[in-house]
Amino acid sequence: MPDVKTSQFKSASVKALADSNIQRALGAPFAHFVDGRKSAIDADFTEESWESMRDRAAATKAHTIERLDYYLDLLDKNVRRNGGHVHFANDAAHANQIVLDIAREHDVKTVIKSKSMVSEEMGINAVLEKNGIVPVETDLGEYIIQLAKETPFHLIAPAVHKTKGQVSDLFEKFLDSAPTDDIEKLCIIARDVLRDNFAKADMGISGANFIVAETGTVVLVTNEGNGRMTTSAPRVHVAISGMEKLLPSIEDVSLFLRLLARSATGQRITSYNSFISGPRASTDEDGPEEFHLILVDNGRLNLLKDETLREALSCIRCGACLNHCPVYRKVGGHAYGWVYPGPIGAIVSPMLTGLKQGKDLPYASTLCGSCRDVCPVKIDLPKLLLDLRHKVVKSGAGAMPERLGIRQWHDTMKTRKKLEGKARLGRMLQGLVARKGFITRLPLPVVSGWTKSRDFPALAPRSFAEIWRDDLSGGDRS
Amino acid sequence: MRVALCATCLVDQFFPEVGEATVKVLRHLGVDVSFPEAQTCCGQIGFNGGYRKEAAEIARHFVETFEPYDHIVAPSGSCSSMIKVYYPELFADNPRMLERAIAVGEKTHELSEFIVNVLGVTEIGGASTGLVTYHDACHLLRELGISEEPRTLIQNTHGVELEEMPKSDDCCGFGGLFSVKFPEISTAILNDKISNIEKTGASTLIANDCGCLMHMRGALRRQGSSVRPKHIAEFLAEGLD
Repeated sequence: MPDVKTSQFKSASVKALADSNIQRALGAPFAHFVDGRKSAIDADFTEESWESMRDRAAATKAHTIERLDYYLDLLDKNVRRNGGHVHFANDAAHANQIVLDIAREHDVKTVIKSKSMVSEEMGINAVLEKNGIVPVETDLGEYIIQLAKETPFHLIAPAVHKTKGQVSDLFEKFLDSAPTDDIEKLCIIARDVLRDNFAKADMGISGANFIVAETGTVVLVTNEGNGRMTTSAPRVHVAISGMEKLLPSIEDVSLFLRLLARSATGQRITSYNSFISGPRASTDEDGPEEFHLILVDNGRLNLLKDETLREALSCIRCGACLNHCPVYRKVGGHAYGWVYPGPIGAIVSPMLTGLKQGKDLPYASTLCGSCRDVCPVKIDLPKLLLDLRHKVVKSGAGAMPERLGIRQWHDTMKTRKKLEGKARLGRMLQGLVARKGFITRLPLPVVSGWTKSRDFPALAPRSFAEIWRDDLSGGDRS
Repeated sequence: MRVALCATCLVDQFFPEVGEATVKVLRHLGVDVSFPEAQTCCGQIGFNGGYRKEAAEIARHFVETFEPYDHIVAPSGSCSSMIKVYYPELFADNPRMLERAIAVGEKTHELSEFIVNVLGVTEIGGASTGLVTYHDACHLLRELGISEEPRTLIQNTHGVELEEMPKSDDCCGFGGLFSVKFPEISTAILNDKISNIEKTGASTLIANDCGCLMHMRGALRRQGSSVRPKHIAEFLAEGLD
């Protein structure tokens, strides 16, 4: 598993704010995501029909997750019936071991990979390398960050933070190519390298966008065609997926494909939609000889036990909540400190890697609600973030100054009498710092950050309650 | 019709002029408004911080204070959404309080929504001048679905032109506790908002929530901007007798 740096959110976000490349990347490309999604939806749907699709998708996901054991069992039977193998992995290390065992059995030297977030959770590339196997990412963005030894910046646009200059430098360093700022040339350089690897790889590792229980089918969605190459050219295909990616029936898939393409990239349909049901059949001319499906838990069953937070398991990893999140749009993906960024990451990362170190993440939201409005499966992200904040506090991990602040607030707001007493005291004390109705510098820990960039209002000379009593009530006191 | 004003703690202690304006507007429209003097806070600060036990005590006090009234009007979408949307969450494990909280939530209205949808008034009769722009407060817009009502009231004010800012529905970066916990991120979001406000050339910025206004005002003042932030109640009260 890659290092968990969720505890460093605050310092990492400040660093990201000062990084001009990151700030540039978070501008125009994301405006494109946001506008593209909207026009793709508006082109084909009314507000009502889009809403009803989201409702159906949310209901299908909830239904499946509530009966996950049943559908996993059904899937297991059907994959085996199709001639494939199914493995259940408890955690990242277990999943890595399964992959290694398969690789050794087939004497694998080179592995090609299409994009898989679960494989990022596992840190599989490092494990393969350590065992003398060469992993090659074949999604262009993933390939770039593999060379840069970074983690994805975004769920579907992993290298969106890299400039063409940086990509050219990486290619020059690792591939010996001539420097260029021509994006088409850069693509050709990468394609030539990837083509060689497609031809020589012994094993292909893919993720799964959806897995259909009733047919034992892995559904894979890519725009570069690399997913299809990865799953058809090598002798062995290993698909790795979180356990929650199930859909009951093949008829459910079209709804989800429509929602996913529009929410993720603003497309009507993704360029390549592959449906993989097992290894090559005796009548097939090509395709892998063996097919393995590894279903990874890695904390998901804990999430499933939580009646509120299990809703997060409905996520189809489209990235729309990231694209519309004012916080993500300022700090980017790496600040979140693990595999999943943005609002969904602020829920999933602490739940899968530890709430104590990830305790800042659920607070890294203004609760503006944009994420909920665009989620194709209607995950109520603000509600889940609030629930997780409650869990942070219940676990005793809440920051001390906040606890003291809340205790003060609670004591103040219990009765009107207390509020007025505290407000009187506040008005006396603020004379030390307030000028002309504003406080421009608050020399107190925790709150001093506010006044670095913003004036804070002073308490009014008279509260509204006093004004009401003296001037407005006309004797009507209630 | 017994109408109670929920001033909100921010208005009560920091922006009483917004409370005065709210009373002026409601009285102008013939509403017999009361101010239940026991009121303190809706509890959102604790709830959003994750301190549900503390929040529930404050919320219970709110419910007890306001439940005798037919309507509860608040000059805030955020506090209204706490009461209408999140009290049921807060009292989910307490069936007796849940029922009372839901009843209170059903009669709670944000000011502009109350004026347009309950009173059926779309023109207050006030007058102002110049170009104004409007910020959609997040909870008002996305928790309560209110965006047309305030715009209708603004546009029907004599002498005023509404110039929409780019991305009026983008968050201002306040987020309560968020603005304290992550001041750098909060400020970065805020600066985009300020620049969108400035792009309109408006002399007045209107919003329905004192939280957002406090935040935007804090930067406008610091940056020496000439844009004047105003709560919609203050704006609507202008030019009334």
